[in-house]
Amino acid sequence: MRLALLLTLLAALTAALFLVSLLTGPAGLSPARALAALIRGEGTAETLVMREIRLPRALLAAMIGASLGLAGAAMQGYLRNPLAEPGLLGVSGSAALGAVIALQTGLAAAFTLALPLAALTGAVVAVGLILALAGRQGGSITLILAGIAVSAMAGALTALALNLSPNPFAAAEIVFWMMGSLADRSMTHVWLALPLMVLGWALLASLARGLDALTLGEDVAESMGHALPRLRLTLVAGTACVVGAGTAVAGAIGFVGLVVPHILRPLVGARPSHLLAASAFGGAALLLAADIAVRMILPERDLKLGVLTALVGAPLFFHLIYRTRREGLT
Amino acid sequence: MPRPAGPFTLASPRASSLVALAVALLGATAAAAGPPQRVVSLNLCTDQLAMMLSAPGQLVSITHLAADPMMSVMADQAAGFPLNHGRAEEIHALDPDMVLATIWTPRHTVSLLERLGLRVEQMPLAMRLEDIPDNIAQIGALLGREAQAQALIADFRAGLAALAPPPEMPLRAVLHNANNYTSGSGTMAADLLVLAGLANVAREAGITGGGTLPMEQIVMLAPDLVIQAQRYPGASRAEAVMDHPAMLALRDRGGGALADAEWVCGTPHVLRAVARLAALRDAATEGN
Repeated sequence: MRLALLLTLLAALTAALFLVSLLTGPAGLSPARALAALIRGEGTAETLVMREIRLPRALLAAMIGASLGLAGAAMQGYLRNPLAEPGLLGVSGSAALGAVIALQTGLAAAFTLALPLAALTGAVVAVGLILALAGRQGGSITLILAGIAVSAMAGALTALALNLSPNPFAAAEIVFWMMGSLADRSMTHVWLALPLMVLGWALLASLARGLDALTLGEDVAESMGHALPRLRLTLVAGTACVVGAGTAVAGAIGFVGLVVPHILRPLVGARPSHLLAASAFGGAALLLAADIAVRMILPERDLKLGVLTALVGAPLFFHLIYRTRREGLT
Repeated sequence: MPRPAGPFTLASPRASSLVALAVALLGATAAAAGPPQRVVSLNLCTDQLAMMLSAPGQLVSITHLAADPMMSVMADQAAGFPLNHGRAEEIHALDPDMVLATIWTPRHTVSLLERLGLRVEQMPLAMRLEDIPDNIAQIGALLGREAQAQALIADFRAGLAALAPPPEMPLRAVLHNANNYTSGSGTMAADLLVLAGLANVAREAGITGGGTLPMEQIVMLAPDLVIQAQRYPGASRAEAVMDHPAMLALRDRGGGALADAEWVCGTPHVLRAVARLAALRDAATEGN
């Protein structure tokens, strides 16, 4: 019952932040007028602002936040390591590389889902590399080192691809791809990201019982019918789908998948299945809050989301590294 | 409803002659040796003015930007000149007796060239329509081509005078560039909008000089005409804002694009941009 209460509270928080996000913006609309324009839709300027500018922004924040929270919880459950997270391990960075290559080669214009699929390919390569380099027996240090290597390579290649672009604005967008932003996104981006995200959410949610069994040890999990290779394949595919789709439209946003499961773990007990559900809502709430904050702190500067998530996440990461060392979990 | 702006007035012709005289006096010592024979230009805008004014063979090199049709209205003429990239070493190798730079040329480049013993003239650039005649006169004086400069100024004034008078009720327009960048009051672009019979909504939003106008605000200002910047090859998120569904909805009311090359520099070629803007205005008026 405690889980049900927690999920209700997190859902209410997400809904409240979603509403605040819809009411935040430079157009100077009163809440009543804004919501009336959103719901009734009379073809006025207000409706255009609400439906084409603010609604997609709030939707994407919720979708991408949920994806990152879910992916973080799943990776931590499978690797049984609290330091695992798509941003830190270079999965988001590699997805960004895939997206940048698709955009700069013109592949993204070839067919509708080319952009998210290219980002997904980047993410698959990264998760595959991480699992190959760190393995299941590898400790935290190996995992983090593998993440640093993948991140560095993906970041360098992203910068290279953008510097080689004939477009004079492309090179300045290195920071967008590495830090992420939801400024001026549209419903087109929502529809672009949604199919792969839904698929990824389903795949990651299907891991729940397997991850619970895994807490009892690999042998027990195997004997309960959860074949590890299949769990691993589902994790790779699910993570790549959600991170790829999110990064393709909003850039790489770090630390959400680290912070959210960490905060919620004490509240749900040690069961990864409960943590998955809670982290999805928690991630949505965190990214909605961050996206509201960037619009309030520096409304005209397009402050990147990754700046805020890193300011929250990096100190926590220090703490986790310190604790990991003290507990001798290397 | 904003009030239509009045017709544009230029500074009197006398002011530009005075500037030319002042430049001529200041440059008297150099001028004693006659006009420069080997001039290298380091800026897209001085490139264009120097191409229009210089004597045959006097201009030795211009920047690579002047030959780029995306940036320069004189790319065809520029094809005949050796191109430079603004690097001190290549400038020195050209052995110029005058380097035409601007007050925005990187300080370290200018001081390095001066230490190498070159004469560097740092021009201000025309930021407003009214600066253009002075600017032409200054370059004419530096090149020792005063007569050509006066002829060009006269042509420009005649072109301005020949423009159709602005309509009673100007259409409200927004300049929408990559990253939602726009030009507010006090800019060349804003001056050209006025000449073309358009009211700049960025002014209504209180933007002075260049600045960004959030897309939400542009939508709320509901301009009659959206004038976009040209697209560069390759992809960028900065340019993607021009294809945002909200902007597409606005553009259904009236829209068009203007190449950077047509108004990036304060030369008489801006009259072409005015003609293009006026054509966009007429098309939008018919559409409404």
